[in-house]
Amino acid sequence: MDFWLTDDQADLQAGIRSFLDGRYDLEVTAAREETDAVIDPAGWSDLAEMGVFSLVRDGLDLRAAAIAFEELGRSLVPGPLAATFVAASCDALASAADGARIVGLFEPQGELAMVEHPMQVTDLVWFADGEVRHVDPATLSLTPVTRDLDPLSPVASTTDLAPAFDVIATGDDARRMHSDATLLTAAVAVGVSAAATDLATAYAKEREQFGRPIGSFQAVKHLLAEMFTKTDVARAAVHAAACALDGASNEDPTHTVSVAKVMAGDAALFCGKTGIQVHGGMGFTWEVHAQRYWKRAVVLDATLGSSDHHAELVAASLLSS
Amino acid sequence: MDLRYTDEEQDFRHELRSWLQSVLGDVPPEPERHDWAGRRGWDSAWQRTLFDAGYAGINWPAEFGGRGATPTEHLIFLEETERAKAPYVGMNFVGLLHAGPTLIVEATDEQKDHHLPGILKGDHVWCQGFSEPGAGSDLASLSCRAIRDGDDYIVSGQKIWTSFAHVADYCEMLVRTDTNVPKHKGISWVIMDMLTPGIDIRPLRTMEGSTEFCEMFLDEVRIPVSSRVGDENDGWRVAMTTLSFERGTAFVSEMLQTMELCRDLATLATKITRSSGVAWEDAGLRRDLGRVTAELDALWALTRRNISEATRTGLVGAGGSVFKLAYTDLRQRLGEIALHLLDRASLSLDDIGELPTGEHVQGRIHGLSMTIAAGTTQVQKNIISERLLGLPKEPRV
Repeated sequence: MDFWLTDDQADLQAGIRSFLDGRYDLEVTAAREETDAVIDPAGWSDLAEMGVFSLVRDGLDLRAAAIAFEELGRSLVPGPLAATFVAASCDALASAADGARIVGLFEPQGELAMVEHPMQVTDLVWFADGEVRHVDPATLSLTPVTRDLDPLSPVASTTDLAPAFDVIATGDDARRMHSDATLLTAAVAVGVSAAATDLATAYAKEREQFGRPIGSFQAVKHLLAEMFTKTDVARAAVHAAACALDGASNEDPTHTVSVAKVMAGDAALFCGKTGIQVHGGMGFTWEVHAQRYWKRAVVLDATLGSSDHHAELVAASLLSS
Repeated sequence: MDLRYTDEEQDFRHELRSWLQSVLGDVPPEPERHDWAGRRGWDSAWQRTLFDAGYAGINWPAEFGGRGATPTEHLIFLEETERAKAPYVGMNFVGLLHAGPTLIVEATDEQKDHHLPGILKGDHVWCQGFSEPGAGSDLASLSCRAIRDGDDYIVSGQKIWTSFAHVADYCEMLVRTDTNVPKHKGISWVIMDMLTPGIDIRPLRTMEGSTEFCEMFLDEVRIPVSSRVGDENDGWRVAMTTLSFERGTAFVSEMLQTMELCRDLATLATKITRSSGVAWEDAGLRRDLGRVTAELDALWALTRRNISEATRTGLVGAGGSVFKLAYTDLRQRLGEIALHLLDRASLSLDDIGELPTGEHVQGRIHGLSMTIAAGTTQVQKNIISERLLGLPKEPRV
């Protein structure tokens, strides 16, 4: 048992980090808000070229993917990252691995479905009835939203809940794709938590009130300690689930993925809101990035089952053993 | 990252498991909670059983009589003993996990020869005299005074939160040997024989009712200078060496018990009825309990990460604070869920009706102590924000 990053995993993390620092500067990403192309097509191709969507095909595993996706979350990389990753593992949509497709999710809920990046997705995957379905977004009648909660995750709604589809995976493959996508969404959320914590920590060291850095006050530093702790605990859950999906653990993959999604969703929402609080009035401005972490946290928690939903699944497991 | 155990680790587990099966049948029933003499006998007998089989001092180096197990083997040992419902370390806690490790690093050969075998065999029970009424989170401000008189120190003062003082043979104690220097620099670490005249022990009644905690009043107690471990006035550093023995395993048994508590509560909720039906039909309750269970699983992962770090580097670092902060808060929340579920049955520490409700009420009360003991939540947050996040330090005097 060695639940620590291997040298290769640490190298991968550093490689992705340095790529994103150069290619996905948050100032540049934020400048694409409220345009028709929030996802930078060249940047998307570069992600593919970096191998972000083809890690498994290239001989790596979900642990490597979880490490990479946490970094994508730190940089608030826009786009349906997890769905594109799992689509790339499927013959029908394999070209997603090369960046040729931007594959989103079709997630009906109640009377409607909210589709992210409606202007840019080329394909949608739909997890339903134990199978994975492929939907052509052009066949949906989508009503664009004029004011998006997260301008880096624009959405459109549809009440067309029975679109035409092709089945692209069933059985174990479908289950694996669903679990992988859920886990990687959690991994992105951990990155969002970590970045929100880093930004608030840096601000607390530099911002002075009453003649002292605000980070010297326990009322503030204790908030940062909580942010760090929730992020770190969620990261452990994500890594444990990645081990389970890779068969490097004797724990039930489905259960550990739910655990990871609960922890990562809650951590991102907490770190998002607390990061704004630590920034005070500036945290409520458009200019400061603190708000962007919270907004992405809301999007990620509402993707592939909220923490409430997964908490119910975990609770059900208490009676099954 | 790999959570699978190696073949060697699996062999260790299987060997331990079959040994436990072979001996547990002979373990007498656990004595009543407050039968201190009975519990001492029971804990000591189990320690002797471990010793005879080569499992005593699982994490102690082999040259001092321990097993010299790796952190992962220590984890497996705690996991298997807990799952087999074997006796816990009990009263031998201070000796095996605090005093012994400190002696191994800091004591003279003579002191080691004199004390280590008694701890390993379960012959001697140790207690810890660190905290004082005026020295809690600010432990280094302790004022229990030791004045040199020939070959002895004459010690007077008061200690508090001394577990099992009324049945212990020895006490690892911090005393002030110099009042004219900064507080950390005037402390010495001494071994006190609990039979020495001048020690008055009074059980401390906590909100749980009677517990193992005591207050200790020292009135001119003579402690030989030869019982000092480390140099005079170097006791603060000596006390901190215990921390370097922590390998991330401190809460393993606890956590496994808490996981079972979650399953028990879920089962209980299917049996408790409300005007609107069975309690488990309440989605709010299920979500609350599901969240706590998820966090417990996440902390189980964090535990194994801390243990892996200890295996690689020899230290857990501030990961221990992250764990303690999250785990003790979780225990508080779980306790609250239990009381909400029990509703008016929570007014009784005895079981009500046919259901095992009492242990959940007891557990909830105990949870209130967990965010205080061994470094309060607030102290842990200072540690995390200062050591891991690099924020400005609290004023220290």
